[in-house]
Formats: sequence, C-alpha cells, structure tokens
Amino acid sequence: MVFPEWLAEPGLNHFLVVSAILFSLGLLAVISRRNIIMVLMGIELILNSANLNFVAFSRYGALSLEGHMIALFVIIIAAAEAAIALAIALNIYNRFGSVDVEQISELKE
Amino acid sequence: MAEHIVESIYRFLPEIALTVTLVAAIVADLILKERNRNVAWVVLGGLAVTAVLVLRQIGWSESIFSDMIAVDPFAVFFKVVLLVAGLFIVLFSMKSRELEHNATRIGEYYMLLTGVIFGMFLMVGATNLLLMYLAFELTSISSYVLAGFTKSLRKSAEASMKYIIFGAISSGFLIYGISLLVGITGATDIYGVRDALQGGVEQQMALHIATIMIIVGFSYKITVVPFHFWAPDVYHGAPVTITTFLATASKIAGFAMMIRFFKISYVESGSVVASGSWELVEGVQWNVILAILAALTIMAANLMALWQENIKRLLAFSSIAHAGFILMGLVLLSDEGISAMMIYMAIYLFMNMGAFYVVMLVSNKLDTEWISDYEGLGHRSPFLGVAMAIFLVALAGFPPTAGFIAKVYIFGATINAGWIWLVAVAGLATVISLYYYVRVVRNMFLVDPAESDGPVILDSGSMTILVLLLIPVLLLGVYFSPIVEWAKHSVTMFGM
Repeated sequence: MVFPEWLAEPGLNHFLVVSAILFSLGLLAVISRRNIIMVLMGIELILNSANLNFVAFSRYGALSLEGHMIALFVIIIAAAEAAIALAIALNIYNRFGSVDVEQISELKE
Repeated sequence: MAEHIVESIYRFLPEIALTVTLVAAIVADLILKERNRNVAWVVLGGLAVTAVLVLRQIGWSESIFSDMIAVDPFAVFFKVVLLVAGLFIVLFSMKSRELEHNATRIGEYYMLLTGVIFGMFLMVGATNLLLMYLAFELTSISSYVLAGFTKSLRKSAEASMKYIIFGAISSGFLIYGISLLVGITGATDIYGVRDALQGGVEQQMALHIATIMIIVGFSYKITVVPFHFWAPDVYHGAPVTITTFLATASKIAGFAMMIRFFKISYVESGSVVASGSWELVEGVQWNVILAILAALTIMAANLMALWQENIKRLLAFSSIAHAGFILMGLVLLSDEGISAMMIYMAIYLFMNMGAFYVVMLVSNKLDTEWISDYEGLGHRSPFLGVAMAIFLVALAGFPPTAGFIAKVYIFGATINAGWIWLVAVAGLATVISLYYYVRVVRNMFLVDPAESDGPVILDSGSMTILVLLLIPVLLLGVYFSPIVEWAKHSVTMFGM
C-alpha cells in the first residue's frame, strides 16, 4: 500500500493534529450528548487526547521519558474520575429514574 | 540524594500528619462508639497537630523532593489559612443536622474532608506541573463525592453530577494545556518552564493556546465568569458545610496555585515586576484578558445575585463576585497586588464562613434556606441576626469590618498600577452588591415575625463558634496591621 507523501513519515505534527481532533470530538460529545454516560465518554476522549500529546512529545519532542510517566498518571486519574462519575450516575438514576442530563435540573430558580 | 530525601520528608511533616489523620479517621470510624462526635474529635486533633507542624515552617524557603514542592513563606501562609478553614468546617460539621441523617457514613465524610485538605496543601506548594495536576484532581475528586454526600436528597445528587461533569471538562482543559506547555518547553517543573521561556520558544501559537487552556482550567476552580455556571447549582445542592468549604478553601487553594504558576513561570526571574508585565509570553496582553475576566465576573455575579431568593444561591453569587475582586490582584502580578490578594483571601475566609454558618444554623432550626423565611429573624434571635448583619456588611465591604480593609488594599494596589477602569467597575459593583446584602438584613430586622414564630434559641457551642468567627471579622477591621504585615512578608516564593 502506498502512503500519500504527507503521511509517509509520521512526525510530531501528525500526532498533535490527531490529538487536537480527539479533543474537539470529546468536547463536542460533552456539549451535544444528553446521556450522562456519553458525556463521560467525551471526557475520557479529552483526557486521552492530552495523553497522546504527552507521549508524542516524549517520542519526537524535547521531553524525555517524563512524558510517558505523566501519561500513566493521567490514565490513573481518568480511571479514578470514571469510577466516581459512574457512582454518581448510578445515584442519579436511583433518585431521578433517568440519566438524561437535561431532565435533571431542579436546581433552578 | 538520600540526605535530600530525608530532609524532604522532614519538611513534608504537615502533609504526613494529614495523611495519618486521614487513616486515623477511618480507624476511629471502625472502632469508636458514638461516631459522629468522636471521629470529628480525632480529625480536629490531627488538624491541630498539623497546625503546629505548619507553624514551625515559618521562615523556611526550600524546594523539596527534587523541585516537586516548595516550602516557602507563600505556601506557609496559605497552609495556615486552609487549616483555619478546615478546623472551622469540622466544627460546623459537628453542629450540622443535615449530616446527622447520614451518621452511619460520617467516617467517610471526615476522611474525604482530610483528603481535600491534603490536596490543597499540595496545591499551594506544588512546583511541578504533574504534581499540580494531581493535587488539583485530588481536591476535585474528593469534592465531587462530598458535594453528593447526602445522597438520598435529589438536590445533592444533582449537585454532585453537575460538579463532576464541569470539573472533569475543566481538568481536561488544564491537562491538555499542560501537555502543550510541557511539550514546547521540555520541562515539567515551573522553573524549567521559565528558563525555557526566557530562552525563547519558536511555537508562539501553541504557547498561547496552552496558556489559554490553563487559564480556563484554573478559572473553573476559582469560579470566574464565564466558567462559573456550575457554582450556583453545586453550592445550592451540596450540604452547607461542604458549600462553605468549596466557596472558601477550595477557591483560595486554586488562587494560590494560579499565582505561583504564573508568577514563577511567566515572569522573568529576579525582575522587579512593574504593573502587569507578563513579559515571557509576548504577543498577547494577558493582563488585559484577565482584567476583562475580572470585570466580567464582578459585574455579572453581582447583577445575577439581585434576583436570588435562596440564601445559598445568593451567597454563591456573592462568592463568585469576590473571586472577581481577588482576581484583580492577579492582573497586576506585582508583589503589591499579590499581597493584597492574600489579605483579601484571609479576610474573605472569615466573613464568608460566618455568613454560611448562620445559614446553616437557621436551616438547622427552621429548616429553610429561603430569604423570605428570614423575616423577623433579628427579633427571634437578636444575636444570630446581628452576627449575620455584620458578616453581610463585611462581605459588602464597609467599615468598620474587615471586608473594608480587604477591599481598600486590593483597590489601592489596582489604582497604583494604573487600572482605573477596573477599579471603577469594581466600585460600581460594590454599590450594587449592597442592595442584595441589605435586603437580607432588612428582612431580618425591619419585618416583624409572624405571631406563631417563637424565639430561636442557640446552644452554647454554636454561639462560641459564631463568636470565634465574629472576632476576626471585627478585629481585623480596626487592627489590621498584623495580617497586612504577614501577607507582605509572605509574597516571597522559592526561586523567584
């Protein structure tokens, strides 16, 4: 298979572009989705786009192994956050009988 | 290396004491009877030990664990402020009726509370970008759970959901910004970032994006408009004790981390900072952007507070407005501006906690959070009414309370730096704010209580806590030189 010229040698910019796209998709999911689980998926995308940045900079840029290390920590944080978020989502479901973000808005004047 | 680690551990003792407290809270919950009281006493004891260890750090200026954390006057100032906040929150929690309904899980509550304080200690000291992020997340993740602690209540569940969604997005912005910054500069600690920026970086555009994203990430924590929208709902739905904690300590720690980050990494080392020179990132006038954010925050929050009928929401908007006032100091980024911020935060802590404590006592006794139900409170319980009036006058910023001193210093520093329009906006907003603060006072004193309403009687413990909060608010209004001097000496950061 023949790659187009701009793809033949993957470099830092390619990874940064992919991570920027991932970040935007994550943000889009957070803004447009109404199901709380899908919103959480969007947040995972955002965090992983940052991870991609760290690892790419580590491979091609000025960062040494520190990039990988930070990425590992961010993965752990993302897991912890997901655990808490799912517990909260479960509690929301028990109270409201729904996980639709727009239906859960009693705290308005 | 081994010596450095041993010395680092020695200088890390307050944080270690907090961790031990955290574990002790769990153990006490398991073995002690009458948990609600006893776990609180264990945590209070742990915080007292931590306070002693922090006070021993006064005058130190060291970087420990290979430039991970700085133990300097700046950090010690904030650690003391945060500990005072923590101690009061534990005292509040012992009096809270809301929490009594969840007494079986109270061990978790105190454990998480200690965890948040630990995270804040790391936030004010962290000099490594990864540790900053981890500390930020430690505070946030524990706060999400605490906001939904009274989980059988619908409003509490909703508050924790909104909090975690907005919090996770903003932490995503923060880590993405950090990833770009770290990638461009090739350094993970803020001193390395500064050195790299001093040498000049080629990718200016990426640097600007990184800075904007980091500002967005921080702005959520300190509730700056337009990243504040989570705050009123979360403050409304969370238990009052946690609302108080989020509105004071959490915000103060966020500001401390923000100040250290920008002051160290974006300002040339050793330079005497004139008004608002963010010299290392050229091309964009960051101080103007922050000034606009501050003005927007002050105006929007004060205007929105006018329509609030729920006292917790009112105080939420008031605390957002105060974040705007504090942000004015960061616009300057000079020593004068930062010390003014520190004075403001120390005083803000007492007056805001006081106001929230009265709200908690009223909701304990009368089971209401509506401003209309405060009618005649001044007649039913003169002490409670007068205390609330003093706290509200302090929040509005009028003499002879400490709130006036706080505003004088921050306005003075801003005028000295030449930001006249910003002070004009802030002054105008202060006048607006008077309206909604006075509305509560009017309800308490100028409206007679209904015939059926008897007097509200407080127990002596609640009275004592209230007096403990009233003393600094009144005393610092007339005898303010100690706090001012202390704040001026505490602007020194390690490696500046």
